[in-house]
Amino acid sequence: MPPKIQIISILICIFLVAYVFELVRRKHLNEEYSMGWLITGTSMLALSVSEGLLRWVSELVGATLFTSTLFFFGLLFLMIICLHFSIRISALTNQVRKLTQSIGILDLENKTLERQIRQPPWQSDSSNVEQL
Amino acid sequence: MKTLSYQVPSSETVILENDELETTFIKGPLKGHPKTLIIIPAYNEEKNIGAVLEAIQQKVPEIPILVINDGSADNTESVARSHGANVISLPYNSGYGVALQTGFIFATRKNFAIVIQMDSDGQHDPKNVKDLIDEVQKDDVDVVIGSRFLESGSYKSSFARRAGIFIFGKIASIFCGQKVTDPTSGFQALKGKAIHFAASDHYPPDYPDADFIILMHRYGLKVKEIPVTMHASPEKESMHHGHKTIYYVFKMFLSIFVTVLRNVSKR
Repeated sequence: MPPKIQIISILICIFLVAYVFELVRRKHLNEEYSMGWLITGTSMLALSVSEGLLRWVSELVGATLFTSTLFFFGLLFLMIICLHFSIRISALTNQVRKLTQSIGILDLENKTLERQIRQPPWQSDSSNVEQL
Repeated sequence: MKTLSYQVPSSETVILENDELETTFIKGPLKGHPKTLIIIPAYNEEKNIGAVLEAIQQKVPEIPILVINDGSADNTESVARSHGANVISLPYNSGYGVALQTGFIFATRKNFAIVIQMDSDGQHDPKNVKDLIDEVQKDDVDVVIGSRFLESGSYKSSFARRAGIFIFGKIASIFCGQKVTDPTSGFQALKGKAIHFAASDHYPPDYPDADFIILMHRYGLKVKEIPVTMHASPEKESMHHGHKTIYYVFKMFLSIFVTVLRNVSKR
């Protein structure tokens, strides 16, 4: 592998891992989400540092260029992370949906109760609002 | 009436297939009604909702109406409230299915025996509400769908829309083993178990459609269609218009496909 791309790759990986640690330390990134990035960063770092490992992996996947092995795994990790995000977003969407529905229902129940408390029971208005 | 409102008959009194209960059941025009609720999801419908609510109250004044205001930017909430409806306001626009399901969840919490769902744009004729209620109270029916195609009515819509309804109706017919002519109809009546099923996580949250009919059938709920009158909705963007059409068709095929693959235990 050309030394230039190797150095750039190593620097990027070190920066990524260090930055993810820093984000977790500042609580800007949850531990759960840091996992994928840390695994990606360290694996890419290992591939960039060790020429032997890169050669072995390249032969394993049938890549003729060492750099394309790096790109291949970089892309693969990103795809896994994105899929993980889609799953998490779906779960969050469902949670938000349930919260939204509960808030709406609680709000109506709250208003109905308030009206019942303020109004003496012998008075009732003609609308069907109170029928629920 | 109102102070006792939380002790009215629970859903069991209606879904029990018991002759003894049936005979003691007073079938008067007003008080004999099992606890029924009309739910209407509404999004930016201040122009139409007032007339819709008035028409419903004229035809079936004894049934309470719940409007689910789906984060409208206009005065839908106050218009609905001033017309004597109960209003649940969702804090932001969440889509038709989410708004509708909110109504079903509310109905399960308050033990409603029958829930009628209608659209807020005046498409559905309130004169059919009684037909739906009568039909859904029969023993072998859990869900009644008002179909615009069973009767040669004056329903007009674009060719693409009719083609879509036709294709998904055919697919639903195949999987349900019975004729489904109008799977997109938002004019339905649900009873007992079906309401609980619609309030559960099984409910498809964006647009409940042919996929939900197939799901209900697989769950063991009896679905039946009856003819209803539908008017073409005036000056309104249908939810299946524009770029959403492609997503709708894709979503429906995918949803039906995974629905069929999923294991749903029959009740």
